[in-house]
Amino acid sequence: MKVSIVVFPGTNCEMDTKYAYEKLNADVELVFHKDEKLPTDTDLVVLPGGFSYGDYLRSAAIAQFSPVMKDVIRFANDGGKVLGICNGFQMLLEMGLLEGAMKRNSNVHFISKYHHLRVINNENMFLQKLSVNDIVNIPIAHGEGSYFIDNKGLEKLYANNQVLLKYTDENGIDKNPNGSVDSIACVCNENRNVFGLMPHPERAIETLLGSSDGVKMLEGFMEV
Amino acid sequence: MKVIVNIQLKEGVLDPQGKAVHHALSALSFGGVNDVRIGKQIIMHIDETDKTQAKEKVAQMCEELLANTVIENYEIEIA
Repeated sequence: MKVSIVVFPGTNCEMDTKYAYEKLNADVELVFHKDEKLPTDTDLVVLPGGFSYGDYLRSAAIAQFSPVMKDVIRFANDGGKVLGICNGFQMLLEMGLLEGAMKRNSNVHFISKYHHLRVINNENMFLQKLSVNDIVNIPIAHGEGSYFIDNKGLEKLYANNQVLLKYTDENGIDKNPNGSVDSIACVCNENRNVFGLMPHPERAIETLLGSSDGVKMLEGFMEV
Repeated sequence: MKVIVNIQLKEGVLDPQGKAVHHALSALSFGGVNDVRIGKQIIMHIDETDKTQAKEKVAQMCEELLANTVIENYEIEIA
């Protein structure tokens, strides 16, 4: 299993993501944004969290035009697995690989804390190790994490089981930290090979440090 | 040629920044403010001399990079 993590100027979660996947015995390579190609043996591309290009213009607006992203788009369109975490999720939205857009949090504050999430659908690689209605507790850390999609798009997401996680309280009741439409925290594309979420599973892999709920999520990609 | 691009959240898309500023204005006792929306303005100087061509070119820039047309509208003004 080869995981390629793309690093942009301003990315800051690449080492956490590398640590997490190495702990799961994956072969991990950091890929520089100026590279033209992904490593040819790539099984999973992770677009990690951070503040690529200083969040200038809009979060992730500029990263999509980095040289390596052409190859990421080709990889995704060929059915390759892509996971965008936080800033990476914003990139996937800006690139149009996922539907919707990201806005400033409704309370206009940067939110950094643990948050509960409920599994809405697990018929996909990412959440296959969890069950529907399972609740995980993992960190969120974002200022622009208010997921927006119009009603028509939302209906389509539900109809195709593309809504994967929602923000909830510890009992699984919807609890919305950032104003996201329907408390949505994670979506995938129609083909179920591109995934985006604002919470950070790579920061929840050591029980000693608060939570290891992220392991079951990241592990999903290890078994296909 | 000087080109001014105004970018705003679409009608119906909640603007949390505008809302926060609205609250702050109320706190400062500025009454009679009904709505506040915050956008951004991008000012460019481009080589183009033909206005129509300039507008077309900048519209393309907006579609590809300057605006996120899922949530934002843009207006182009040739100064």
